[in-house]
Amino acid sequence: MTRVNEMFQASNLNRRNDRIQGLYRMLFGLMTLLLIMPVVIIVATLIYKGGSVISFEFLFTYPTDGMRAGGILPALLGTIWLVTVALLLSVPIGIFAAIYLSEYAGDNWFTRIINLAIINLAGVPSIVHALFGLGAFVIFFRFGTSILAASLTLAIMTMPVVIVATRESLQSVPQAFREACWSMGATRWQTIRRVVLPNAITGILTGVILEVSRTAGETAPIMFTGAVFFTPFLPESVLDQTMALSLHLFVAATQVPGINENIPFGIALVLIGLVLLMNSISIAFRMYLRGKKKW
Amino acid sequence: MADPRGTAVATAAKVSDFDRRNLDWFIDKAIHLLVFVCGISTIIFVLGIFVFVTKEGIGFIFERMDFREFFLSPYWAPSDADAPEYGILALILGTASVTGLAMLVSIPFSLGAAIYIAEFATGKTREALKVLVELLAAIPSVVWGFIGLVIMNPLIIQVFDVPVGLTVLNAGIILGLMAAPIMTSIAEDALKAVPDRYREAAEAMGATRWQVIFKVVLPAAKTGLLGGVLLGVGRGFGETMAVLMSTGHAVNIPGSVFDSVRALTATIAAELGEAAVGEEHYQVLFTIGIFLFLITFIINLTADLIVRGIRKG
Repeated sequence: MTRVNEMFQASNLNRRNDRIQGLYRMLFGLMTLLLIMPVVIIVATLIYKGGSVISFEFLFTYPTDGMRAGGILPALLGTIWLVTVALLLSVPIGIFAAIYLSEYAGDNWFTRIINLAIINLAGVPSIVHALFGLGAFVIFFRFGTSILAASLTLAIMTMPVVIVATRESLQSVPQAFREACWSMGATRWQTIRRVVLPNAITGILTGVILEVSRTAGETAPIMFTGAVFFTPFLPESVLDQTMALSLHLFVAATQVPGINENIPFGIALVLIGLVLLMNSISIAFRMYLRGKKKW
Repeated sequence: MADPRGTAVATAAKVSDFDRRNLDWFIDKAIHLLVFVCGISTIIFVLGIFVFVTKEGIGFIFERMDFREFFLSPYWAPSDADAPEYGILALILGTASVTGLAMLVSIPFSLGAAIYIAEFATGKTREALKVLVELLAAIPSVVWGFIGLVIMNPLIIQVFDVPVGLTVLNAGIILGLMAAPIMTSIAEDALKAVPDRYREAAEAMGATRWQVIFKVVLPAAKTGLLGGVLLGVGRGFGETMAVLMSTGHAVNIPGSVFDSVRALTATIAAELGEAAVGEEHYQVLFTIGIFLFLITFIINLTADLIVRGIRKG
């Protein structure tokens, strides 16, 4: 009996291995923590320094005193304009492109080129998108520096977000659903509209929310295409110039001497709050979906 | 029965009976065309980017550009009225030094985090960590630049006792933190893609957990990890606002991490506003844009081929 007990007792080698394993676990855990800590520190700092300036007035009044004081209303509204117009363009095209890739395209070289194009749209530096927007929309199509030109640039740049999310969500609908519908004599589009899209719509929505977040945070693509440092007017049509939250943060942080130093923190807090809120909604939505899925 | 012709008509199907070209058929075809056009629009956009950026920059390439001077001269003085100089060597080295340092920071940390999330963490902890990594990826680059400017800058001055904190070090750390989330999630995917039977086989041979990770999982996931690193490099290379705000924006060949530099992307962002449309300076900035487009195109293409390689294999 004692021999059996001895057999199952940890040997020195076992103990050493356990110790090493524990060390590695701690090391990797620490690295993960170090990677994640900056987000926590950043958000905490922004809340600490910027929280004091956030108020009803800050959000809903104009900047005063050469942007050294006052609120951020024109920038906030400008961002809403830019995001809305950009989404009106990128969401339909993105969803249709994803439908093509998921429901129609075969596995061939042509599809691979489209996939490569999507990867490149996402990977080309944002400043190159800005150059493109300037050369194409502002100059060639004569939109001038306007919300339309800036939103078109943003739409093309962020379209991969919608395409990738929609494609994934369409592909997660089981093939059997489609086959059942086809065998009833439905056309391809009837199947997509009545069966595939209703089952994928929530997944598509998470992609759209992510797209809002991405579009709102971009700065470089709108710098030369439609967003300006300061304008006393609120935009009235898509051909007007506008201020934008992200560019306003850049301007307030670097171009305005003597600004109340908490104001840039306030702007950064509003921007990051908006972006993180959108992302959290999208993540929560996805988790809820995963729990609900029946197949 | 009485009329044989009638039965013949009833049984012999007409061609038109099989003609399905009703309204639904036409709608189906129209939609097919619509989604096809939207699908190829992505290709058109990428071509459009190349065409329009080239169109604005091509004047300089053909009329004045001296390839040797452009790539090998460290003198960047575009607004000199008498003898403007367009050498982007210092800018290339600025971008390269910042991206290089960023990779030094982010590769070990993303790899460590990916191993922890994929191999050690379980259940709720893993979910929470993945969400946090995703949120880290969501922070806009202008906010990162702002952090570099107002938090990292004084911190570096204080800790290292140097006169300027807007340096390669600052931008490298900021960029490293920005690139880490993508690299972490791709590395995690690559580790996840290693079949469990590899781990089980190794454990059956008596290997410990860390032996399994280092001797089996990491070598098997090698190519995927490389793809992740490449995408991180691409991200660092093309980052604009964060680099503009945290490098110090001084044309300089960096000698140490405490030197200020200027990046290719940041140069375009800072100077395009001053350059008049069509003039030489404006064209040069677009030429830099072409260069950036081609480099990132190659990086993305390579990364995609590598990542696709593991998905198929």
